[in-house]
Amino acid sequence: MSPSDVPAISVEDLTLAFGSFVVMRDLTFDVEQGEIFAIMGGSGSGKSTLLKHLIGLLRPSQGTIRIEGRALWDMDEAERSAMLRHTGVLYQKGALWSSMTLAENVALPLQEHTDLPPSDIDRLVSLKLALVGLRGFESFRPHEISGGMQKRAALARAIALDPNILFFDEPTSGLDPVSARRLDDLILQLRDSLDTTIVVVSHDLESIFTIADRALYLDIETKTMTALGPPAALRDDPPNPRVQQFLTRSLEPA
Amino acid sequence: MQVDAHYTDETLVVQLVGDWTIGGSLPSIQDVVGDAERVDSVSMTAVAFETDRLGTWDSSLVTFLFEVAEFGREHGLDVQTDTLPTALARLLALSQAVPEQDTADEEASPSLLARLGRWALTVYDEILDILAFTGRATKSLVGLLTFQVRMRWRTFGLALQSSTSSALPIVTVISLLVGLIIAFLGAVVLRRFGADYYVSYLVSYGMLRELGALMTAIIMTGRTGAAFAAELGSMKIAEEIDALKTLGISPIDFLVTPRLVAIVCAMPLLTVYADVLGILGGMSVATTMLDLTYTQFLTGLLEPVVLTDAVIGIFKAVVYGAIIGLSGCMRGMQTGGDASAVGTATTSAVVTGILLIVFANAVIDWGAAVLQV
Repeated sequence: MSPSDVPAISVEDLTLAFGSFVVMRDLTFDVEQGEIFAIMGGSGSGKSTLLKHLIGLLRPSQGTIRIEGRALWDMDEAERSAMLRHTGVLYQKGALWSSMTLAENVALPLQEHTDLPPSDIDRLVSLKLALVGLRGFESFRPHEISGGMQKRAALARAIALDPNILFFDEPTSGLDPVSARRLDDLILQLRDSLDTTIVVVSHDLESIFTIADRALYLDIETKTMTALGPPAALRDDPPNPRVQQFLTRSLEPA
Repeated sequence: MQVDAHYTDETLVVQLVGDWTIGGSLPSIQDVVGDAERVDSVSMTAVAFETDRLGTWDSSLVTFLFEVAEFGREHGLDVQTDTLPTALARLLALSQAVPEQDTADEEASPSLLARLGRWALTVYDEILDILAFTGRATKSLVGLLTFQVRMRWRTFGLALQSSTSSALPIVTVISLLVGLIIAFLGAVVLRRFGADYYVSYLVSYGMLRELGALMTAIIMTGRTGAAFAAELGSMKIAEEIDALKTLGISPIDFLVTPRLVAIVCAMPLLTVYADVLGILGGMSVATTMLDLTYTQFLTGLLEPVVLTDAVIGIFKAVVYGAIIGLSGCMRGMQTGGDASAVGTATTSAVVTGILLIVFANAVIDWGAAVLQV
């Protein structure tokens, strides 16, 4: 664990771009340790692109990203890879490795990065699958279970290495309302019991209001962030009409 | 479906008559207002509609009204929709709600020279990509040999199986037939010189040195190279490769290297098998059509053909194996975001593979000629 006064993630003057096409510019924000931080915005606003930058898959065209105080792109590849092992990612469609069973999916990160004997790995895998409510599904393959179960299995894989920071890409998309709320509960419980910092990319308002401590709004019109704060406060006292539209699901500002 | 128009106090009154349903020919805006010059010469400020004699209607009427409304907007006319049926007026308002977006590219049709330049840059980037990927794969292979990188035996085993035992039937058929074809060729040409005896030399030299490896490589590009591209491509689309990266597992070590090693191991084995079958195919033609005995055929083969010929064939097989593995895996890893991208990646893997194989074949043959082996 790193010292608690360093923000879990610190983003400074970040510009997201594909070649000369700028998606978002001038992003500066901190994610404090132990908070649930939502990144929200309309379709095409660059939420997922921002996430890909935060998890080191894309290199920013400008600006710095610090994870636990260390600049991600000042490190060499091996250091960065080691750094990112403290993070876990739940992809939008789960992204379980389709050729492996659920147990093998959860076990792979443990086999890669620890020297645990196979029997201990098996016990850890059973625990992680039990935590997400999938006890008994160890030998199933991803295509044999439902979409909601795939997401939970992917969550078990994401928490396999006990990450300090967890990223969720649209966790509730494609789930029915009940499964979506159940996943929200699970996210809250994980934060409360494991003290994990959680970053959620979402446009599911119910989910944002339920779980997020603070939310960041990416505005597609101005191509930058236009609001940052607790979601309820943003709704009651919106800094601009588009944030209000988004948070009150209306087309016209009230 | 009929339309009439007349002017009243600078207002163009459009009368919509009868049933407007898709099927008949749709009146155009020109039928109503005439050509543009005439419009500008008449002082006209508004467009109104009369719908007393309008029957049933569907999208055809909306389409016509949409054109009238666009025309009105372009010429600064007031389009009065209050006399239209409510549903119709609402649809018209909906179609006008968002103005046309400017979606044109900055440079619609670049000059020939610009396109040539862009193409050259693409080819240059392509070559850089191939070199970079080869470099990363080589680094991973070196890591494997120095025990820095762990071998993924399961992936290796599956890839080896799909590129050896599963490929045997097609390699068998093709090699037998290629041997037959060379023997037929030889039979026709050599008989003219009374040199029937040398058909076994032609068949075995051709198979061992060139065609055994080449035909096997082309089969394997279409089979295994394409399969590699499709497997890795679907993994890329499902974000499975991103998931590997974020868990600190190198996709090259995990996915590419085992497949590459498997195909490089499989190719020489398959080539030796193809050589033997091709010679058998040639022998069947020689013994039935050219009245050679088996002994004559085998003697004619063993005298001039030397071990070097077979070794060159096997060396080629190793090179082709590396090309198949690299091009298949590279195209798979480069797959774009949508479902059609897997198809594109597969096609591209086969095209790249075959192109590079034929190119490598020419280079190796040239090298062998220079070294006189």
